Amino acid sequence: MHPAPSVIVFTTLSGLGFGLLIWLGLGLPAVTGWVAFAFFAIAYALAVGGLLASTFHLGHPERAWKAFSQWRSSWLSREGVCAVAALLVMAAYGAGLVFFDTRLAALGWVGAVLSLGTVFTTSMIYTQMKTVPRWNTPLTPALLIAISLAGGALLAGEISAALILIPIAGVLQILWWVRGDGAFAASGTDMATATGLGNIGTVRAFEPPHTGTNYLLREMVHQVGRKHAMKLRGIAFGLGYVLPVALLLLPFSHMLAIVAVLAHVAGVAASRWLFFAEAEHVVGLYYGKR
Amino acid sequence: MTTLPETTTRKLGLVIDLDTCVGCHACVVSCKGWNTENYGAPLSDQDPYGADPSGTFLNRVHSYEVQPLATSAMPHPAAQLVHFPKSCLHCEGAPCVTVCPTGASYKRVEDGIVLVNEADCIGCGLCAWACPYGAREMDQAEGVMKKCTLCVDRIYNDNLPEEDRVPACVRTCPSNARHFGDLGDPDSDVSQLVAERGGMDLMPEQGTKPVNQYLPPRPKDTLDQPKPAGDIDILAPFLEPVMDEPKGFLGWLDRTLEKI
Ligand code: SF4
Ligand code: SF4
Ligand code: SF4
Repeated sequence: MHPAPSVIVFTTLSGLGFGLLIWLGLGLPAVTGWVAFAFFAIAYALAVGGLLASTFHLGHPERAWKAFSQWRSSWLSREGVCAVAALLVMAAYGAGLVFFDTRLAALGWVGAVLSLGTVFTTSMIYTQMKTVPRWNTPLTPALLIAISLAGGALLAGEISAALILIPIAGVLQILWWVRGDGAFAASGTDMATATGLGNIGTVRAFEPPHTGTNYLLREMVHQVGRKHAMKLRGIAFGLGYVLPVALLLLPFSHMLAIVAVLAHVAGVAASRWLFFAEAEHVVGLYYGKR
Repeated sequence: MTTLPETTTRKLGLVIDLDTCVGCHACVVSCKGWNTENYGAPLSDQDPYGADPSGTFLNRVHSYEVQPLATSAMPHPAAQLVHFPKSCLHCEGAPCVTVCPTGASYKRVEDGIVLVNEADCIGCGLCAWACPYGAREMDQAEGVMKKCTLCVDRIYNDNLPEEDRVPACVRTCPSNARHFGDLGDPDSDVSQLVAERGGMDLMPEQGTKPVNQYLPPRPKDTLDQPKPAGDIDILAPFLEPVMDEPKGFLGWLDRTLEKI
């Protein structure tokens, strides 16, 4: 799949932002006043910034409001509804903390659940795609939720939680990669089922329908990004999981914490690039490609 | 509404004959021609006369080479070339419809046609991801999703002469490789054809339950098969060469050259 920068930025930042909102909703850390304002500002900048970035790849952003209507069937619609609800509830909860020094605990919990729901619904947009076997697994929501909780804990300064959650996310990441590498073959879709000609013999794409490229090839058969996949996996794993844990184990300093956060975000962004670049869509089979 | 109807009254669709398709791309051209000036936004091209042309098409023709496995009777079987037209299969379990966040994509209850209401489409592209067949293409100029409409603006169009009330691709195909009809009615011509020729689903394991059916190529005559015993060609005796050896001057020349 084409690793569109807007989508990578969106999923990385908003995952982190909603992750932080989950922790804030639970009252961890129990901040009020200006400190709470700073935490909420960061969380909203990430979450809203990510959502805005995601509208850049729409053909008609001005109609984006219509996307709230199909929550009965569409995960993308559910994500929109969840995100807006989470942001509204958390805004009311945050206002209580910042301006009135009061913690409306129940509101915070509702906000935390909605924020978690946003991360989950985002992950389901990818998970539901039977056409992309690498994504089509319960490991996808598990991984994306773990990354979001871990990043949120890191940003919230919940060090002991982060020290548990980052390794969990790291393990899920490895599992996700390993399963993903065999997913296309295991899906049962190949050139034989795509063309229905498999019972005659081996099928080979002889001539594509057009001499140039097209939307399908640009969007779904993006092979360039996979060239350095293994190196990128190493970078993603080192920066995203190993380095933050190592830094957190050192005696605490704000400088180290900032480096840990930046390393984690860079690592997750690299992993998100691979999430798209390595994902193979079955339509590639019609072009004899993956 | 992007939930799918439980059932549809009719299941209009195409039956595509991989045996007779000659790969001429006439359906591609007629589809583009009809659909660029009728239902919805035109089908734009980008850099059409330049170095890197591309454009929106609702129907494309692939070509595949199929290499049969060698057997003791046929140690070197010839490869077959199969031309493969592909447009939206108007699936009963259309995954492209349920993913749509705006309700722009829908499946009609009355005839099962899958359509996009372009005024509602935000161009998120999710439906194209969900389609395993590559039947949906985002128009780069308009920013909305385009797909085969089963020529909904022809098949019910009273302004057209009756013989034209079929999809443009069906009407134009010079080898009759595309058939249109109600695949929900077991007595319809298309259903009979599918039953007779063993029509098949593409990627059945994807669970999309396509309405369009593909007819597999019939077995080919094979030049490299062992010759059947006896004369099967009734014309062969009449076509025997009348002169085995050159006579006259040519014969002399042949014999002389042979000796040198
Ligand atoms: S062929 Fe693709 S676009 Fe057409 S109904 Fe099936 S899934 Fe949807
Ligand atoms: S591109 Fe348009 S039709 Fe397709 S899912 Fe998005 S809004 Fe719906
Ligand atoms: S039915 Fe109409 S829109 Fe669909 S492929 Fe044929 S000509 Fe194109």
